[in-house]
Amino acid sequence: MSASPTTIDAGPPASSGGASTFWKRLRAGDEVSIAITFLCAFTVVLVTGLLVYELWGKSAISRHAFGWNFLFTSTWDPVAGQFGSLPFVYGTLVTTALAMIIGIPLGVGAAIFLAELAPPGLSSALSFLIELLAAVPSVIIGLLGIFIMVPILQQVVPHIQEALSFIPFIQGPFYGVSLFTAGVVLAIMILPFIISISREVILSVPNDQREGALALGATRWETTWNVVVPYARNGIAGSIFLALARAMGETMAVTMVVGNDPKIPHSLMAPGYSIAAVIANEFAEAPGDLYQGALIELGLVLFGVTILVNGAARLLVMSTEKKGSK
Amino acid sequence: MTTTSTWNRIRRKSVNVIMLALTALCTLFAAGALVFILGYLFVHGARSLDVNFFTQLPKPVGETGGGMANAIVGSGKLLLLAMLVGVPIGFLGGVYLAEFGGTGFSFLVRYVTDLLNGVPSIIMGIFAFTIIVLPQKHFSTLAGGLALGIMMIPIAIRSSEEFLRNVPLALREGAMALGASKSRAIWSVVIPAAKAGLITGLMLNLARVAGETAPLLFTAFGNRFWSNGWEQPTASLPVMIYTYAISPYDDWHQQAWSAGFVLLALVLGVNILSRIILAQKGPALR
Repeated sequence: MSASPTTIDAGPPASSGGASTFWKRLRAGDEVSIAITFLCAFTVVLVTGLLVYELWGKSAISRHAFGWNFLFTSTWDPVAGQFGSLPFVYGTLVTTALAMIIGIPLGVGAAIFLAELAPPGLSSALSFLIELLAAVPSVIIGLLGIFIMVPILQQVVPHIQEALSFIPFIQGPFYGVSLFTAGVVLAIMILPFIISISREVILSVPNDQREGALALGATRWETTWNVVVPYARNGIAGSIFLALARAMGETMAVTMVVGNDPKIPHSLMAPGYSIAAVIANEFAEAPGDLYQGALIELGLVLFGVTILVNGAARLLVMSTEKKGSK
Repeated sequence: MTTTSTWNRIRRKSVNVIMLALTALCTLFAAGALVFILGYLFVHGARSLDVNFFTQLPKPVGETGGGMANAIVGSGKLLLLAMLVGVPIGFLGGVYLAEFGGTGFSFLVRYVTDLLNGVPSIIMGIFAFTIIVLPQKHFSTLAGGLALGIMMIPIAIRSSEEFLRNVPLALREGAMALGASKSRAIWSVVIPAAKAGLITGLMLNLARVAGETAPLLFTAFGNRFWSNGWEQPTASLPVMIYTYAISPYDDWHQQAWSAGFVLLALVLGVNILSRIILAQKGPALR
């Protein structure tokens, strides 16, 4: 016999019931179920809190030793105990920016094609393929990066450098591994994220928007570019932010092709380093608390930035989906 | 006047065609990337794949041959641990959100879950390192499993919530009309009804963490021999691919391709299968 005449929707259990109701519900198992599942849900909050606490606490030694200088000096010398993270921050920013410059036009273009032009069957088949690309482990992308992308770029890049000899920041000797290589590899890795979310956002644009523009005599492209894309603007921006967070936190593929040289190179074609890559390479062998602390502080920096970017992304995606569903 | 408007018309038409063709090219490029990856790994990886790969230990540097049996078993052990950590918390947390939650606390849990989902995987490695490896002073399978397990939680929560919510209200009402308590209705009716979705969600989640390398680098570390029990460092397929790929030996590179092929085949196989099941059973999991 169900004691509680409450509705079935997932509202909070009515706490106004008297003692007898509570006992009945306890005997029926409701209170036990709530307690157990609540505990598990709470664990998530707890784990995340603990994660922040550990990153903050274990990086204390480095934070106290270097203060804000940690972010703005570029000497990374474990032997002398000098840790400045600028080369890694620089590398992360540059590789991510390159990935975005290459990935955004390709991704948004493909999303437009899949949402607006492709017949539904073809669109869902291609989307399926592209979503599978997101499932490829990053170490495998890195493997292809080392053994395929690097040799190809070694052939191609010198010609580009020659042709564009007036641009100073792409000159210099090219060894195959470089900030540029990492940017290209990252661009391929973020494509599926941009495409699948943007496609969904574009699909959620109401049809009367398109019909209105077409009725005014706009071409298909004009409709898409001047009406549909602006309407879905926030959502597309959200997908780009999500991809940005991915790119900044991406570790393996970057580590394998970036060159791992803790300097701030003048050229994009020179080897560099990134935050995630230096943690991956040096953490296991970092002797001494200060060294380890500095690497954990790098993790803290990365954590902070990705959280901010992710938060912004979710707000943007949510705002468009709301607008579309009106 | 007419000529300008005709020219204008031609210009607009050609812009239309050119831009639409460009978007098609973008799509071709993205889909082509996957086909290329698959094809190359298949050609390069499957070529040197033999039984030894699955049955033998890695050979010392300089000797050819050998396999990655320890890494395959190691990956299996890590995934088992990850499941033990991630599935109960994720699944039950999802039950809470779908069935009991609804107010401020649920919002907090969802928010934190999304946050945790966005944390770069290498940071999960640092976390597992600070809470297990640091106190114990040695790398262990346990630490690697924990790192992967925590990574599983966010997806497990959100997918369980979604699949439970997809169960029609009429089923709950029917159970309660028969006199079942709310929790009885959930455990005996709602969850069994969502079973197929829940299991596919789990498979997708496992496939995702199976390829994770970064969180294992300084938790499970690596091992060229068998790892006994849960307290020793262990080899795993993704870390093995990484170590072999950046090594200077051609023979190791070849093995990295084979391992990459095996890993990719597993991950994509599970993905394709799950998505087919989901497409038949209900709305796709994002």
